Amino acid sequence: MSKYEVVIGLETHIELLTQSKLFCGCSAKFGGPPNTNVCPVCLGHPGVMPALNRKAAEFTVIAGLALGCKIAPLSYMDRKHYFYPDLPKAFQTSQFHHPICVGGGVTLSDGRVMRLNHIHLEEDAGKLLHERGKTLVDYNRGGVPLMEIVGEPDLRSAADAAEYLEILQGIMRTVGVSDCRMQEGSMRCDVNISLRLPGAEYGIRAEIKNLNSFVSVRQAIEYETERQSDILDAGGEVKQETRGFDAGTGETYSRRGKENSDDYRYFPEPDIIPVRITPATIARLSAQIPELPRARAARYTESFGLSEKDAALLSKYRKVAEYFDAAVAESSTGNGKSAANLMLSQMFAKISTEAEREEWSPPISAGRFGELIALADSGKINGSAAKRVLNAMWDSGKSAAEVVSELGLDGPAVDVESLCGAAIAANPSAAADFKAGKSKALQAIIGYVMKASRGKAPADEVHSVLIRLLSE
Amino acid sequence: MAKSGRIKTIQSALERGKVSCTEITRQYLDAIHRNDHLNAYISLTAETALETAVAVDAKLARGEPLSALEGVPFSLKDNISTAGLETSCASEMLSGYKPSYDAFVWEILRSANAPLLGKANMDEFAMGSTCETSRVGGAKNPYNTEYVPGGSSGGSAGAVAANIAAYSIGSDTGGSIRQPASFCGLVGIKPTYGAVSRRGLIAYASSLDQIGVLAQSADDCAEVFRKIAVHDALDMTSLPFPESAEDAESSGTVRIGVAEEFFDGASSGVSNAVRDIIRTMEQITGSSVSAVNFPLLKYALPVYYIIACAEASSNLGRYDGIRYGRPADAYDDIDDAISRVRSAGFGAEVQRRIMLGTYTLSSGFFDAYYVKARELKQIMTYKFVNETLSGVDFLITPAAPTTAPKFGEQMSPVEMYLTDICTVTANLTGLPAISVPCGFDSNGMPVGVQIIGKKFSDFKLLELAAKIERATDRAFLAPLNGVNGMGVSL
Repeated sequence: MSKYEVVIGLETHIELLTQSKLFCGCSAKFGGPPNTNVCPVCLGHPGVMPALNRKAAEFTVIAGLALGCKIAPLSYMDRKHYFYPDLPKAFQTSQFHHPICVGGGVTLSDGRVMRLNHIHLEEDAGKLLHERGKTLVDYNRGGVPLMEIVGEPDLRSAADAAEYLEILQGIMRTVGVSDCRMQEGSMRCDVNISLRLPGAEYGIRAEIKNLNSFVSVRQAIEYETERQSDILDAGGEVKQETRGFDAGTGETYSRRGKENSDDYRYFPEPDIIPVRITPATIARLSAQIPELPRARAARYTESFGLSEKDAALLSKYRKVAEYFDAAVAESSTGNGKSAANLMLSQMFAKISTEAEREEWSPPISAGRFGELIALADSGKINGSAAKRVLNAMWDSGKSAAEVVSELGLDGPAVDVESLCGAAIAANPSAAADFKAGKSKALQAIIGYVMKASRGKAPADEVHSVLIRLLSE
Repeated sequence: MAKSGRIKTIQSALERGKVSCTEITRQYLDAIHRNDHLNAYISLTAETALETAVAVDAKLARGEPLSALEGVPFSLKDNISTAGLETSCASEMLSGYKPSYDAFVWEILRSANAPLLGKANMDEFAMGSTCETSRVGGAKNPYNTEYVPGGSSGGSAGAVAANIAAYSIGSDTGGSIRQPASFCGLVGIKPTYGAVSRRGLIAYASSLDQIGVLAQSADDCAEVFRKIAVHDALDMTSLPFPESAEDAESSGTVRIGVAEEFFDGASSGVSNAVRDIIRTMEQITGSSVSAVNFPLLKYALPVYYIIACAEASSNLGRYDGIRYGRPADAYDDIDDAISRVRSAGFGAEVQRRIMLGTYTLSSGFFDAYYVKARELKQIMTYKFVNETLSGVDFLITPAAPTTAPKFGEQMSPVEMYLTDICTVTANLTGLPAISVPCGFDSNGMPVGVQIIGKKFSDFKLLELAAKIERATDRAFLAPLNGVNGMGVSL
């Protein structure tokens, strides 16, 4: 363990899911052949005028409200100047002096609040492609609305950073303003990192630019922590600079020092009128914000007795959570436990990638899944039968009731009490072992009951009835 | 339709079948060639003009009446985008550049069947007061070709004065319509900021740029302005013109304010002509004249040049040699390549303003220059509207401190900037202002009077300009010597 405390602040860039770009009608969709989603406005042709996409401003407000920010009643766009081929106007229209959202925070699972400085709205730049010694520019991404969430230096480890980003991702997806796909560049971040002795002033920081995966963020922080502590241990001073990250080697490298830092010559964009956000707009947008992952997870642990881990997993993806809620409501028992178990053990195994879970379209509708839950909860089928039924429903598209009757799982209700009595009588040595304190011996008797009932006896009930009978 | 003036004359000749639109367009094109020495045009668009004329003739043949401006040949300043037609801003940097889209104002006039004769000469990127910074050399003043036509819309002014365009669309950032209008004996209006969409106007200083009209009479000017003052949802600074503002038939007395500060640097020729016209207005139009003041005028030029140059340095950043300008043959790295292209492609005045603007926006100077200038702009606007104009309807000033100077008169950049003293206030405050001919100096060069009005009083300004024309009987509009324009053959 290093003697230094790591101090990290993230600047997270998130592309907004608007139909069109920030200042023109071009599609903001990711991909497409190079330079097909472009027009004079996003190519910065002489004389063009920007027309601000209202939806993008609204999305930024929604994000801000979800993160507890103050919404500025009046905010302004600024021009940020630099010369580079990916920036056809030689300035990026952004916000510097008066951003849309101020303050706010992200609460980690241990309750610590990572404060935000502000959130601002800006346009993305084009993309350089280096091919056969030439540099080509694809402006499809140029002008796509981008939100930058600027965090305070409150994070203390790579794990904090990863959790912070995951929570941000979950919130943004839940409120529907971004898909936050790091692999497609719709979520990227810059890491500001410095070390200090506990209680001391902040150290000199390095900024690592443009990290586009959770792994890179973690590796960059770990590498940088080691690099900076080596410098400090040797009595040296960390240089304030911008650094890049090489995903191949997992190392950061110097890009330019403070003395070479750009002077962006920010000034208010004269072609765009101030963005005015009224209390009525804020009220309207607030009403659109669904239950956020953290609140949802709390509800799941409280109402259904789910573990924190399970509750967090279910509430991480908006569509998963909505499916879960709908199925539980449909089941009429209102008990989420068996629904959660089936989803996390069975469905998550089948729908395993982040992207698939985000999209969440299982072949079983929430309604039909609810019917299955109702059967399981009422004790008509036990846990392992429910899994079999679920898998059959998945493959066949049939309803739970159809599958249950096909598999012969229906029929007269099982008399658990007498089955258990008979099982104890048939396994005297196991019963004696259990009474003597060998709790494992119970498994043999449970197995007997299940076999005798052809899997229809509800496992939970069998378990409790056996224990009661054996302790009488 | 216009009450009088060239537009009415041309349209009634067309409607009465005295001449076809194709004929009149050809006559204009011929007149342009006869007056090549005026250097009023950077490029001609004869094909476009004649195609439009054919459409107009077809309409006339069907016996349909003409709509506003239909069939009347005109010119556009070379900083207004015309799809497929060179739009160079009189700069080497944009030499050969053909826009992919039409400016909003050209969309309106194109669909009105107005034949576009060509793109008018101007100061490079609209930066200059004499038209001499153009890549093709300055346009000449038709009143006397030894004199400049003014700037930056110098080609527009020269063309309209010589009647080698019935009217012209220009742009005015600090006086670029009004000053050349005054130098060439024309009516020139810089409308209320936002009244005419800037979409497609190649930007110099976005918060000050405004498209407007140069015409031979107030009625012509009003006719064109009415057509182009249309709200554009794609220009966020475009303002819907309030309907009530159009019913401008001024009733009763007009209250005129005169602020001595605007006469401080004026030549005696200009000063006398403007004071004469004020007396005439008092007597003939029954206006009341009162002394007002605008002590902040002394800050107008520094504020104007700080804001204009700052915005210019930003707006002109896109000309980096990657898509515009002749790429550098050899360079060390990308920064070197860009600076080589910009050093070669921009003229001295443009480079000067870009450097001034870059400096004032730099960290460490931003607060001292740009922020201060913006604050002063706000204060000036407030004081001008609420104090200077509080008891009057209009402020009357000279349009420029002098009449047109001769070519080659040595002026330092600062001396040149000082000549904008009368005009920049209207740009800084966003108010409408018009320049109207009011006489001649001892050299026979025209003098213009400027009228500044309240927000959206554009039509009232044009009405008052028409009154001035009637009061003076336009008797002072001497025929032009040595210029063989369209004359009065209609």
